Order: sequence, then C-alpha cells, then structure tokens
Amino acid sequence: MRRIHIKQGQIIDPVNNINRFGSVYVAGGKIVSVTNEPAGFKPDTIIDAHNQIICPGFIDLSVRLREPGQSRKATFKSETVAAASGGVTTLCLQPDTSPVIDTPAVAELIKELAEKAGYPQIYPIAALTQKLEGTELSAMLSLKQAGCIAVGNANQSVRNLLILRRAMEYAASHDLLFMFRPNDYWLGNNGCAHEGAVATRYGLPGIPEEAETIALAQCLELVELTGCRVHFGQLSCKRSVIKIYQAKKYGLKVSADVAIHQLHLTENDIIPFDSNYHVLPPLRTETDQQYLREGLASGTLNSICSDHQPHDIDAKLGAFPETASGVSSLETLLPLMLKLVAEHAITLEQGIASLSGNPARVLHIKSGALTVGFAADVCIFDPELEWQVNSDNWKSQGVNTPFWGQTLKGRVTHTLQAGKIIHCLEKSG
Amino acid sequence: MADNLQLNAEGKLKHFLSIEGLEKSLLTEILDVAESFIGMNDQQIKKVPLLRGKTIVNLFFENSTRTRTTFELAAKRLSADVLSMSISTSSTSKGESLLDTIRNLEAMFVDMFVVRHAISGAAHFIAQQTAPHISVINAGDGQHAHPTQAMLDMFTIRQIKQDFSNLRVAIIGDILHSRVARSQIQALNTLGVAEVRVIAPKTLLPAHVESLGVSVSHSLTEGLKDIDVILMLRLQKERMTSALLPSESEYFKCFGLTEDKLKIAKPDAIVMHPGPINRGVEIDSKVADGPQSVILKQVSNGIAIRMAIMAMAMQKQGVM
Repeated sequence: MRRIHIKQGQIIDPVNNINRFGSVYVAGGKIVSVTNEPAGFKPDTIIDAHNQIICPGFIDLSVRLREPGQSRKATFKSETVAAASGGVTTLCLQPDTSPVIDTPAVAELIKELAEKAGYPQIYPIAALTQKLEGTELSAMLSLKQAGCIAVGNANQSVRNLLILRRAMEYAASHDLLFMFRPNDYWLGNNGCAHEGAVATRYGLPGIPEEAETIALAQCLELVELTGCRVHFGQLSCKRSVIKIYQAKKYGLKVSADVAIHQLHLTENDIIPFDSNYHVLPPLRTETDQQYLREGLASGTLNSICSDHQPHDIDAKLGAFPETASGVSSLETLLPLMLKLVAEHAITLEQGIASLSGNPARVLHIKSGALTVGFAADVCIFDPELEWQVNSDNWKSQGVNTPFWGQTLKGRVTHTLQAGKIIHCLEKSG
Repeated sequence: MADNLQLNAEGKLKHFLSIEGLEKSLLTEILDVAESFIGMNDQQIKKVPLLRGKTIVNLFFENSTRTRTTFELAAKRLSADVLSMSISTSSTSKGESLLDTIRNLEAMFVDMFVVRHAISGAAHFIAQQTAPHISVINAGDGQHAHPTQAMLDMFTIRQIKQDFSNLRVAIIGDILHSRVARSQIQALNTLGVAEVRVIAPKTLLPAHVESLGVSVSHSLTEGLKDIDVILMLRLQKERMTSALLPSESEYFKCFGLTEDKLKIAKPDAIVMHPGPINRGVEIDSKVADGPQSVILKQVSNGIAIRMAIMAMAMQKQGVM
C-alpha cells in the first residue's frame, strides 16, 4: 500500500484534541503519524495541503444509494463518487431498499456492490422487522454477522408497541444499535408538509410535530424497559431536542442526529410548491431550526447526517404532495456545515466532530479520528473555495437539491478511504 | 410574494392560480370587467368576439358539473373554441403522467388550460411547466385554492352590499379541506372587509387558522352575531368515516343553517353556498330557497366572472 504524506495543512481532529498546522503520514492504509515525520518515511505521494484543513473522513449515518432495486434513480457507482467528492468515507445505508435489507443475502449483496464500486466502507442497516412491515422480527443476529451495523425502521412506523418492545429487547440481546426515525403513522396522516401556517395557507396535508415527538417519547420509555441502545435519526423539531436533552440528563444511553437541510431551511422555503423542498420529516419553523442548531452546539444532538436521497427527475416533477420526498445531499454536506460555522451556530471543531468522531462513537467503530493505527479515512478541504452547485460540479445521479444553482463555500480537494485516494479535485475545478 | 408567476412583466394577469399575491386593484378590475359582461346574460345574442380563434381546454381531473359548465359557457360567449376533457385519475392507478397530458395538449396548439385537480399545487405545477404563451386558470386544486369561485362570491357580495369595508363575513363548515374557503378568506381580506369569521368544530379547522387573518368561533349561535354575509361550505360525506365528525345529524344540529339560526345574523344578511348543496346537512331547504339566499345568483355570476378572468389572462395576446 502506498505511503502518503499530507503536507502542511491545518489538522483538526476533535477526538484527539488536535487543532494545529502540520502533516499527516499514511502507510499501509493506516495513519502512522500526525505532525512528526516517522523516521525514514519515504512517501509515494505527497498531497500539498497548504491553506487547507485536514480532518477525519466523514461518517454519514443515513443515506440511500437506491441499489438494489431503483438503479434508475442512482447506483453505488454514481453515489460513492458523490460521497468521495463530499469527503464522506463511511456510509450507513437505510434498509428500505428493494428488496428490503432483512436477509443476510441482501446485506451480502450490498457489501459486494460496495466492493465493486471501489468504496468498501458501506454499512447496511438491517430492517428491524421483516420487510419493514412492523409485524415479525428480522433475523438480527444473522444480519449482524452478514455485516449490518445496526437495525432500523427507515421511514416506516412501527405501529404496534408490543412488536417495538420485543424488537428492541431482541436487538439489545445481540448488542445491536437501533437507529430509529420516530414517526407515528396515524398522526402523520400521509401529510407532506409541517402542520403550520404555511401548510394551512397552501392547503397542503400537514404532519404535526407530535407525529415525531410522541413516537420518540414512546421509544424513550421502551429504552428504559428494554435496555436497547437507540440512536434517533433525522429529528426535526424543538420538542424532540428537549426530549433527547432530558433523556440524556436522566441517564438513558441514547444519541441523536439531524439532517443537514433541517439546519438551513424552514417551512417558508417550500413556497410556491417547489418539490425540491419536499422532505420527510418536513421542514418546520424557524423556532424548530433554532433549537436544532442549539441542540447540535450543546451536544444534545450528536451528529449531522446528509439524509442523502437521490431521485430521478420524474420523481420530483409533479404537484408537491405527489412528488417523492428527499434531497440529494452528500456533496453539499461540508459547505452547509461550514455555513453553520460562518453563521456562528457551531464552532468548526464541533462541525467536524458532528460529521466524524461523534457518529463513530454512535456506531462503536474505530474511525472518525486521525488516531495512529486507525484506517486512514481523511478529508482534506479548502474552506474558502467557492463553487457553484451545477451539472459541471455535481456527481450524484440525483439533482434533486434545493441548493441547485447556488454558490457555496468550502470544497473537498482530497478524500482518502483506508489510505486509498478516492477523490482528488481536478485543478481546473 | 410567491405568486408573481401569475403576472407578466407588465404586472398584468397571465395565469389565475390563487388570490394570494394579487393586489386589491387587480381584484377590483376583475369585478369591474365582469360587471361589463353581466348585461349580456339578458341579450338575444350572448356572444362577444374577444377570444375568437383561441382554443381553450377545460382539463378536469376531478368531477364537476357547475364549474365546468360555467367555464364552458364563459369561453363560448367569448367566442373561443372549447374542448372539455374529464380525465378520471387516481394517484395509484395513473397511466400517463400529468405532465405528459399537458405536453400532448400543448402540441395541439391550445391557448389556455382551465384545470381542476385533486392535488394542491397542481395548477401551479402546470403553469410552471407549460409553454410560455399558454395561460392557466385554476378551477380548483386539492385543498389549496379555487380563486374563480371566490371571485364570483366577491362579485355577488358587491352586487348586493356595494361596499366591502364594513362587512362582517362568516364562513361556516369544513374549512380544513376547503379550497373555496382559503380563496374566499384571501379575497375578502384583500378587498378589506371588517371581519372574516370562521365557524366550525376544531376537527374541521386547519392548524393556525388565525394566521389566515380570521377570527374563530366553534358555535353557530355565537358566531352569527352581527354577520352581514354567510358563506356556507359543502360537507363531504367522508368526513363522517374519518372520525372528524360523529354524524350528519349532529353536524346539522350544531352547524346546520336553519331559519332560526339565520335570525341571529343581521336582518339583511345574505346566504351563499358554492354548491352542490347538501340539504339537511349543512343547510335547511327553507334557508337555501328562502329570500335571503343568493345561491342561484352566484351561479349566474359565475359565467361573467369567468369570462372576465379568461379575457384578462389573454390580454397579452392582444385581446381587450
């Protein structure tokens, strides 16, 4: 394996409390030294990181790559290139593929597709219940052995609390993390927008925040009963942040994340009927956004995910409620995180930690840090480089982003996954 | 704000999608133009050549008799060629997409689409996607807007009450699901009435309904006090099966407009309804057919108002 010298950048590694100028040395796919040049180190490759930031590669707790099942929307090939160009080196794949990740065969297929795409660090999340139907338990242990990193419910609700209890007990028996997106089916009522002033004005079927907070509160009660380790994903509202804060204070072993778009957009942005703003959970109010930002700054919310959901053009071409929900978001993850820093919502160290060290801790994996001996997952970015979100720069097959056409600041120049350079920004770009 | 899509570069009407974003002066102009057409109803030859040579397609993805017929008559009285299409579709069993339907009709050189669709935002979507020379008139989209209905209601109110500024208007019934109510509220507030009051149980009111600029009452006997104009809404039968209401009879008992209840409003209050009426559910026949009812006047006015809106939206093509 190649020896790489990442030369003279600003190293930010929150886990190891490092924020200083220097070099990072990689050999045999691992980090061999930070700052001090190892004796006799002869690099095959030198990456000049002058005026750039060197940080751990990003770990994304919620993505859809659309394979297997929907390759017309996106493929592992297209989306792993998008991930690499966004500095993301580890992806957790939601189980609502087709077929659902509820058998070892599907999990193995995903690992195989990942290898073939030259991006092995894709972790499938196993379905909590068979076909995500919320009625029968999935074979969690076999799925874990086949490479699944956690179990989850994707966007489906678990309507029967007895099933949820048993699934959590069973997951806890095998020390499996449960990644839960709280969402009460009945209260959600097939809505497509936040139940508030905007949905009322435009006659859009609303989803109240209680659809999230009630499901979250029920699950928190079951955390205490079952001892299951739960990560709450893609939270969207003020009262969810408060509930997580209280649960942590009370001593429950829970963690939580927020999708990057929730930190920048609100219900007011969906007008007039722009389907690129159709996301689930829906964009909520400015107050909610403020609490989500504060939750991130205070550590109540552990991490930021992209919630990457690429779509084909047709899926977004229609009247708002009929369009598919979700944003293609791997490539805007870093610049939007930097925007939070520029707006003084979080510090740069917090932003990097919420994309690397913190999600690694959630997953219990040895990653998310530039620790000597760890796999060399490294993101090198130019925080000042401006780029336009357009077809010249975009890698994902899904162009469904509300940020299309905008000029964003901060761009990844190099990405290393286990010591392999999987992205290098062309000089012209 | 959001709806400049409706206006061309000179600020003239291009599409008519919702009341939101339209100035009071434009709404008044629509009423005035409609006024000039109203006399035609009594003439031997009920036609003007304003839209001669133009092709208008009525595209109804949802059933309608009244609205479709009045649009058709309005177009014919403006001398346009009219094609009415009823396209039954449900989101689950659709074949051709909405956009494909539009593209195909565009290829037949039409000048205007009049669209009714069960999904909120459908008319906006068509206006955004269609060729630039085509105008789109919203004949009702989901729970969002039914602006021509609201304008014919405003026209009827002005005919009888002359001035909007001192009026207190009550809208009674299923506000939550009503595109008519949303458009009425916006039109009444834009035209500057003294008060818009919605009267309904909480299950039939959307979240933050006050943000629309209305006061709220859950009681018909309380809510009808000092009211000059009563706008009734149609109650869909399926509201009973989705746990929004217990029964038709209980609804009628609480919110049905009877002669006795009508006496609570001002003595010269008028009663309106967009139709079709559920007699004995939201309104008693004695009220619907009584002296204070202007329901059939609304229907007649629907033709003039739709003529006005169609003609104005075609101004960019040298009409008027």
